[in-house]
Amino acid sequence: MRAYTPKDDVQAKAYYTDRFYVSPQVAKQDVSSDEVFAADLEAIKAKFEVLEAYIQVEQMVVYINAKDNVDVIKLVKEELDYTQLSEMSAIDWIAKSGQFEIFYQMLSMGKRKRIRIKCFIGKDEAINSVEKLFRSADWSEREMYDMFGIEVNNHPFLKRILMPYDWEGYPLLKTYPLEGDEFAAWYEVDKIYGKEARDIIGPEIRDTARVDRYDSERFGRLGHEVPKGTKITGNEPKTPLAYQEEGGVFMIDRFDEEKSVIITDRNR
Amino acid sequence: MQHQNRLRPFFENITFDRDDNEMILNFGPQHPSAHGQLRLMLHLQQEMITKSHPDIGYLHRGMEKMAENMIYNEFMPTTDRMDYIASSSNNYGFALAVEKLIGLEVPRRAKVIRMLLLEINRLMSHLFWLATTALDIGAMTVFLYAFREREYLMDLIEDYCGARLTHAAIRIGGVPLDLPDNFIADMRRFLDKLPENIKDYEDLLDTNRIWRMRMEGVGVISKEMALSWGCTGPMLRASGVAWDIRKEEPYELYSEVEFKVPVSDKGDNFARYRIYMEEMRQSAHILYQVADMYEETIKNNQTDLMAHAPKYISAPKIDIMTQNYSLMQHFVLVTQGMRPPVGEVYIPTESPKGELGFYINSQGGPYPYRLKLRAPSFWHTGILTDLLPGHYIPDVVSIIGTTNIVFGEVDR
Repeated sequence: MRAYTPKDDVQAKAYYTDRFYVSPQVAKQDVSSDEVFAADLEAIKAKFEVLEAYIQVEQMVVYINAKDNVDVIKLVKEELDYTQLSEMSAIDWIAKSGQFEIFYQMLSMGKRKRIRIKCFIGKDEAINSVEKLFRSADWSEREMYDMFGIEVNNHPFLKRILMPYDWEGYPLLKTYPLEGDEFAAWYEVDKIYGKEARDIIGPEIRDTARVDRYDSERFGRLGHEVPKGTKITGNEPKTPLAYQEEGGVFMIDRFDEEKSVIITDRNR
Repeated sequence: MQHQNRLRPFFENITFDRDDNEMILNFGPQHPSAHGQLRLMLHLQQEMITKSHPDIGYLHRGMEKMAENMIYNEFMPTTDRMDYIASSSNNYGFALAVEKLIGLEVPRRAKVIRMLLLEINRLMSHLFWLATTALDIGAMTVFLYAFREREYLMDLIEDYCGARLTHAAIRIGGVPLDLPDNFIADMRRFLDKLPENIKDYEDLLDTNRIWRMRMEGVGVISKEMALSWGCTGPMLRASGVAWDIRKEEPYELYSEVEFKVPVSDKGDNFARYRIYMEEMRQSAHILYQVADMYEETIKNNQTDLMAHAPKYISAPKIDIMTQNYSLMQHFVLVTQGMRPPVGEVYIPTESPKGELGFYINSQGGPYPYRLKLRAPSFWHTGILTDLLPGHYIPDVVSIIGTTNIVFGEVDR
């Protein structure tokens, strides 16, 4: 039987997978193997529910409930010395479980340790902003909203940041195609020429690998440009070559192909 | 300072809703001092900024989305286009993240060559920073001098990999090429002259009245603000936090070389300028040591350039051309891509601009399930929201200059 792939994930898929191939795992260590992390985890566990915790590639990963995110990060910042929020964003698991996974990558300069605090939220749920604790979350949460459409409660300015303000759709969702959707294809046409020009111009070609051999009919015929759609079957008059503006430049005569003589015999 | 009884402008058909002096100035996105496509909406009270709103995204190419649709090796040249002033640092950050995910150990000579590339890139980036910032302030001589030195470094890189700007000079598992014969000698000749050059820049700038007035006490970032905004690199070290990932969480061979981490507690533009200058000297110091290391690898006959991991890394060319199994493996790795284990990593490296992190979530497929690029400039742009209010319009240019933002990595 063919392996099931979720239909609502349009990312590139492996062309061939050995059906008996079992992926190896990146090793996870128990938190108790590192005393600094163990103490941190105890401090978090004392006040909040911890769903899962392990160490992977020298960093501790802690899963918490999404409703606790602000309080946990506050605790981690103020009591456990994790003074910088390096990064935060989300992962789209909608095809698999209908959830987003949100991660906060934190750094403690005093302990030289990094932890990752993670939580899951449902597809239509919102997450609370940690912007009051870390100003850097202001932009990261905006980026997360921009890319995934995850609403952030109590954010001071939840607007798109990388995409245009009037964009529709969220690019990093797994359901969003790499070339963009229908909206993306018409976005610039509508903006620049107006909706009424759609029939004339057509949708934007967003497949960068596509080569349209008919596209060369206009830019390849320099000096003989015609409106798109016009038949160009060779009856256009010959335009002589000219390299300067009309009249030439002071002290230099304009090159005129008609009047000039091309010497082919150098011993003439 | 305007007078209270100033002449009020009179327009026949226009009535003004507001009766204050506030003006909104649109700075960019095509401003020559914006170092790329940065748009700032500045609320002004006369010349003073009361509110600032950076608007980014003009160079957004969706690299994270692209990464999800590319095999790991395919993504490498795309990372060049992040911080295109020091593209090998991006290559390296990505390669290191994937190596940690797989659990690869890179051969010694490859490590040495990577160190050389990283520090040359740091010098290139800092020289570029100095040149453009000095130009923004009006010191054109420094611009020309710094670009001259940067040119030598670009020639060195060109000697190595053929490219000057987008190097793609590092592979997952090692480096593609050995250094050309003349490389170390050329680099030493350049480094011997570098202290003189740096002294020239400093002679032109350090006691320059205009430079000091534009730099000192301008754009002061407090320690708390720098930490809260996620500042890293020189931006953080100028604000009194001695944190350099090369020193604190050493990767590659940084634990074997000796260098100092310059720190300042002033937090202003001038402190950042001093840190960039000092870091250039330290980079040169590291490069001397790494050059010796390279010669040692020759002596010890450590010739491997790529890690040996047949599941993930293609065999050396000679094996591919002579051994059937290596050829098959190579074919699979090129057409289908490597399949790292299931798991996730976040690997920070100290790029010239600050902490460059790659978060990779792999689900065991040939494409990353999620790849998040943590680019330092993103937050160094964000901090302009809080940093610019209280400053005057000319300060905007010098502050943007010393934040050293590159829009390839802000917008990604």
